[in-house]
Order: sequence, then structure tokens, then C-alpha cells
Amino acid sequence: MLSEKELEEIERELAKYGDAGTKRAACVEALKIVQRYRGWISDESLRDIAGALEMTPDELDSVATFYNLIFRRQVGRHVILICTTISCWVMGYEEILNHLQERLGIKPGETTADGRFTLLPVPCLGACDGAPAIMIDDTLYPNVSLVLIDNILNNYNGGPR
Amino acid sequence: MTERPLTGNMRPDGNPLSIKEYEEKGGYQAARKAVRGMSPQEVQDLVKNANLRGRGGAGFNTGLKWSFVPMGDAAPRPKYLIANADELEPGTFKDRMLMEGNPHQFIEGMLISAYAIQAEISYIFLRWDYKAAAKRLEAAMSEAYSSHYLGENIFGSGYKLELHLHTSAGRYICGEETALLNSLEGKRATPRAKPPFPQVSGLWGKPTVVNNVETLCNIPHIIDNGAEWYKSLGRSEDSGTKIYGVSGRVKYPGLWELPIGTTIREIIEEHAGGMQEGYKFRSVIPGGASTEFLTEEHLDVKMDFDSVQKAGSRMGTGTMIVIDDRTCPVGAVHNIEQFFAQESCGWCTPCREGLPWVVKTLHAIENGQGESGDLEILQQLTDSLWLNKTFCAFAPGAMEPLKSALKIFRDDFVRHITGKRCPWK
Repeated sequence: MLSEKELEEIERELAKYGDAGTKRAACVEALKIVQRYRGWISDESLRDIAGALEMTPDELDSVATFYNLIFRRQVGRHVILICTTISCWVMGYEEILNHLQERLGIKPGETTADGRFTLLPVPCLGACDGAPAIMIDDTLYPNVSLVLIDNILNNYNGGPR
Repeated sequence: MTERPLTGNMRPDGNPLSIKEYEEKGGYQAARKAVRGMSPQEVQDLVKNANLRGRGGAGFNTGLKWSFVPMGDAAPRPKYLIANADELEPGTFKDRMLMEGNPHQFIEGMLISAYAIQAEISYIFLRWDYKAAAKRLEAAMSEAYSSHYLGENIFGSGYKLELHLHTSAGRYICGEETALLNSLEGKRATPRAKPPFPQVSGLWGKPTVVNNVETLCNIPHIIDNGAEWYKSLGRSEDSGTKIYGVSGRVKYPGLWELPIGTTIREIIEEHAGGMQEGYKFRSVIPGGASTEFLTEEHLDVKMDFDSVQKAGSRMGTGTMIVIDDRTCPVGAVHNIEQFFAQESCGWCTPCREGLPWVVKTLHAIENGQGESGDLEILQQLTDSLWLNKTFCAFAPGAMEPLKSALKIFRDDFVRHITGKRCPWK
């Protein structure tokens, strides 16, 4: 079941689309709202959101699965997005990705056993002058190097966010 | 001194101008002038005459684009203006700077443009990961509403405009304007058939214009200073300034606002400081991943829409990716095509099936498993995935770098295949 807070926030999004739109216009925002509270979109959440927006769960899932950043599987407490696109490739993202895989003991798309980190390759973060770039949750880290990566990850070693 | 209308007023520390600072520098005067003193038709004509060409990459005359919107009392309502801020073209990061550094200039550009087509509702379609831009835009929008530059009865003229921020969830195809419309309607973001064009039947079937962020940021300055002034800013046939960017192994990757028509050489050597120590220039992708490679012989090409096209590529977004001599060009093309294969929306078969085929072939070549005949297959695919053979321009865009690479880097491809290894590894 969606919480009061989630429903309230979804309601506020609906206002953006006025009479012209249908409720489904708010679906990407609704998915992101629920994902912000729960970390990911479970089948149950999907059904609940679909119900609130007068969509079928399948309609909503066709949208949810389309986007890179809507998670239909459980992710860790922190999601590491690493840009794998051309500028970051030229500047050596592969070395950074290998290091992250080794240090975290996971492959791209996987979550560490302690549930702390999920590692996701993504297309262009729009920080090409700071390549290679990664993003952890909402924070962008441009110009990362092997040393910097270790320092950055150490900042996330505390408790849950 | 060169004029830098888009960035000249920005703060050196990169923080955004508040509405007060923006107004002290003349902000919202252009909107006042347009909304109170000009007819929508006059605004359209002025922008058309200034020859502002779409900065998202297509280079279509902005005023002309607006002119296809039905006007007058009989026009369907509401009409929509959408700012395409989904900047996802690999190598492109210019709109981020414009939104973060001067959100009010962008909002003022939207206000004037919406007035020109008499739109009542406008959206900013922003990419998910531009978190700082989202915060700054929200703050600026709230300031603009408080100052009655948005909302009801703007400048006491009776004109009203709603502006909303929509943040997306990450998918390259959303930058295609009809896919963007589907995405905004809460549908899977596949492109729509054209015609009808969005100006006639766009968001929820109503007249809609989709403009790029940089395009919109130019509008207040054109209203302020006129078409002749705007034309005089360029160093070629094209008008105005352009935000150019460079990434790759140059000394100072970054962004610069320069007269449109500045040469590739000046941008890379003077502004980006040339190549890093130990690296030599090999080639450049001039306008984002979906444009053709250019080489040393093209360095004196002017970066404007027509000159770059004549040189065999496209200016695109104007943000260049430099490929150095220590980077394998086959690997670079492989990386680019991987991006396109992943981001294909899957709607039409040639794109959905063809791009993975391209990637597999390139992967084999890069890893020493290429066979004779592979280059012919790739060549064939650049033809089968070309314009009018796919539903939208996505796959042809993906074929541009490959097509040029097969020509320019032919020897490197052959060396991979005959030597059964990547010479750079």
C-alpha cells in the first residue's frame, strides 16, 4: 500500500498536468517518488501506483522498464552510476569500473552482499569535461581516479543513508 | 571584446544569478518589451529574421519552426511550449551550464517563446541526473512566479503562462521531440510518425513547440538587441554565438561561448589548450556521438551548420569529442555503437536488430576475431539503417560515426582483422 506521504506527493504531481492530461502523465514522477522512499519498485508498488493513476499494471510496467533509472529489482542503499560513454571511455572509465568491481566484489548490475552498494553502468552523465565521472545517489563525482574512488567510497561506509 | 550574451553575465563562481541580480543586468526587460509592446507575430518574425537556428543539433530556423503553430481565436487550446533539457547526446554538457549558471535567462527565453506562439502551458523536460539544475530551476521558477513573470496577467498584459518542471528517468530517445511528447504523456517513449508535426498536433494532440535550452536562452538577447545585431555576432553565414565544448585528452576540457563559425582549430588549440602532454590529435567528433568523425585536414573548418555539413559531418550540439593517437579508433566506434544499441527504443526492427549486429561485429574486430567480409557487412548496415529505412533519425544518427570511421580509419580496421588483435592493446 502506498503511504499517505507518497500519495500526497503523487497528488501534487498530478496538478502539473491539469485537465488536458490524463492521470498517467504523472506516472514517471510517481515511480520516482515511490522509489525515493523504498529504494526500488516492487510488483506490489507497481500495482498500487497503477491503481492510483488509473492505469493497468502492464501499462505502467511498460513505462517503468523503459527507463534506465527506474529500478524494478532491489538495489543497495547507495547506487553507484558509472558513465560508460565515449568521453569517459577515452579518459579511461574501464580502469575505474574494474577497480570498483574488484573492491566491491560485484559485477555491473549487482549489489554487494551487505546491501550497501549497487553498481550500474549508465550512458552519459553530461559531465564530459570532468570525465571519467561517476554519480553516487544524487552526488556527481567528476574527474575520478583510482585514489579518489577509494576516498569517495570510504565516505559511504557509515550506517544506512 | 567578443560579445558573450549567453554567458557574459554569469558569476565566475558558477552559482546561479538570483532574480535580483538578473534584473540588475537587464533581465526580464526583453520579456516586458515583447509581451507588452510586440504582437506574437512580430516576435516570430524578429526571431526568424535573426536566423537563430536550433541549437539542439538540427539547425532549423527557430522563428520558422514557430510559424507552423496555428494562431488566432480558432486555434486549438491549450497550446504548449516545451524546453528540451534532456541533454543526453554523449559528449554534450552545454545546457547543464546554461541552466545552472543563469536559470532566469532560460525562463525568460521560455516566456517570450511561449508568448510568440501564444502557449498557455509550458514544461521543462529535464534529464534525471541534472540535480543541481533541477534545484536551481525550481528556485528560479518560484521567484519568477512571485514577481508575476509567470502565472496570470504577466506584465499587466492579460497574457498568462504556467511553467512546470518535469524530470525524466534517463533514456536517450526522449530527446527526439515526438518521443519526448509520449514520455511527457506518461507513455513508453517511442517516437511518433511525422506528419502531423508537433506544431499542429503535439502534446495531447494540441499545438506544441519543442525547443532546445540553448536556443531558448538566445531569445531574450534577440528581442533586446534586434536581428541585425544578432547576425553580426557570427563569423560565418550563421547568426549569433554558440556554446562550444571539448572533451577528451585536451589540456582544458570545458565550454566556451564563441562567435558561431569559430574554427575547430581555434576551439581545440586555443580554448581547450591543445592536446595533453604525450598525446597527439588524431580525430574529432564535432557535435556529439551521432556525428561523423573529422580529421586533421578539417581543423580549419568553421563550426557552423553549413560548413561542418560541407566537410562531411554535422555541427550537432557543438560539443566535440577529441580522439587522440593512443586511443583505438575501432574501440571508440565500438563504444559509441554500444551506447546506441542499448538506447534504441526497440520500436522498429532495423534499429532494434541492426544495432546489436553492428556492436557484435565491432566487438569481434576489436578483440582479434574479425573476419574478412566484416567490413563489407558493416558498410551494408550503414546503408540498411540509413534515413527513411528506420522509423526515426536515431539509427541513421548511430550510423554517422560508423560510416565515417570505415572511411577514415580503414587501415586501422584492416590491421585489427589481419593482425588478429587490437594494435592499441
